[in-house]
Amino acid sequence: MSTPTSPALLRVHGLHKNYGELQVLKGISLELKPGETLSLIGPSGSGKSTCLRCINYLEKPTTGEIWLGEELIGQVRDGQRSRLMSDREMAPQRREIAMVFQGFYLWPHLNVRDNVALGPIKAQGMPRKQAYDLAEAMLEKVHLRHKADVYPEQLSGGQQQRVAIARALAQQPKVILFDEPTSALDPELVGEVLAVIRELAEEGRSMIMVTHEIRFARDVADRVIFMDGGHIVEQGPSVQVIDTPSHERTRSFLGRMAVESA
Amino acid sequence: MANLQVFLGLLPLLLRGALTALEIALCTLVFASAGGLVLAVSLTFGHSRLIRGAIACFIEWMRNVPALAHLFLIYFGLSYLGINLPAWLAAIVGLSLVGSAVLADIFRSGLQSLHIGQQEAGLAVGLTQLQILRCILLPQALRAALPAFANYVTQLIKDTSIASAIAVPEIMFLARNLVTSTFQTSLIYLAVMVIYAAMILPIGVAFIRLERRLGAAR
Repeated sequence: MSTPTSPALLRVHGLHKNYGELQVLKGISLELKPGETLSLIGPSGSGKSTCLRCINYLEKPTTGEIWLGEELIGQVRDGQRSRLMSDREMAPQRREIAMVFQGFYLWPHLNVRDNVALGPIKAQGMPRKQAYDLAEAMLEKVHLRHKADVYPEQLSGGQQQRVAIARALAQQPKVILFDEPTSALDPELVGEVLAVIRELAEEGRSMIMVTHEIRFARDVADRVIFMDGGHIVEQGPSVQVIDTPSHERTRSFLGRMAVESA
Repeated sequence: MANLQVFLGLLPLLLRGALTALEIALCTLVFASAGGLVLAVSLTFGHSRLIRGAIACFIEWMRNVPALAHLFLIYFGLSYLGINLPAWLAAIVGLSLVGSAVLADIFRSGLQSLHIGQQEAGLAVGLTQLQILRCILLPQALRAALPAFANYVTQLIKDTSIASAIAVPEIMFLARNLVTSTFQTSLIYLAVMVIYAAMILPIGVAFIRLERRLGAAR
């Protein structure tokens, strides 16, 4: 595949990831259209998170390509051959692909405002004043503007994750990746984070979300991809995949999830 | 009363020696901190296994041989090769080499105490490794390393006394000379101890206050 022809914003093509003998991803191809919310679901160990982490090259794919628009991510083409980019070369690309982690990973030595503004200041070279204005605007979006001066450890898990989402928004990305954003939260804090993600989906942000919140995926995502054993088993409109799955493996997984959440 | 007069006569000399000790400690601290930081970062993030191995060997060698032996080697050994360092410089070089090994370990454990997610979050917002190191990892690692670093500083000031063995005119060296000429053994060594304590205690207190302030700031 030389140049992308589809209108997709992000394309993953033929993605394989091996850890030694272990094959975690066995040929994943998927597309994200502009403004679309895509949800990756599947059992633990199915490769969803690894797939997500390969998209911004936090994991280096063994083979395969990631395209953001016309831009090949993480690799430099030189005729027939390609080489891995250095971290320095990759930094501007990564800025366009934000990530929200399961474990939040706010920087504990910086207050909330600086957590959100650090990326714009350092990665985009934005003047501090402007970055702080941007940070406050992004904090407003996650309803935490009043917490700008506090440190992460003074926040609840749900609030920390919302700051992490504000940090992701402040980098003005083309795509936001969510890696199980609510899995580390106490049950009563899940709702506030999902509410923020739902608002972003309604705004028409382009997002890929790995999640175990099946009902949320059904309601908020445009499309759902079900993965198992490093393969894509089934994909389609979220209501269709979740309400009337066509594959037996999808059915049994969704059945188990329904029993667990009941 | 005679003792007191003798003592007051000796005091300026001892204080000058204390100043020399502090100067040596300060120079050593600057070089050892810079060296330790470079070593710790290379050891934690370096790609070359050869370089990491060489650094690990250097650290073990420096830490498992008495500092006094290093000082002798640098002062007498180098002069055997025709390189004559002044004693004070040999002391600073020797203590800095040992100190950079000690601090490398202290800084490294600070860096290793950080979760990998701290770095990944930096990569994900588009920072380079160098920016991540400077803005995210080092501020946290150095804070985590502060108690051990404070320990090293107090140890370093005491360790400047081994420079007396290569005739650096610091406080211990001057004190020993005074004892041989005045025979006021207990008086002089007691005074030396008080002077050391007076130098080191405020530094320890300052570090504790710094730790507390940094602790309160987060």
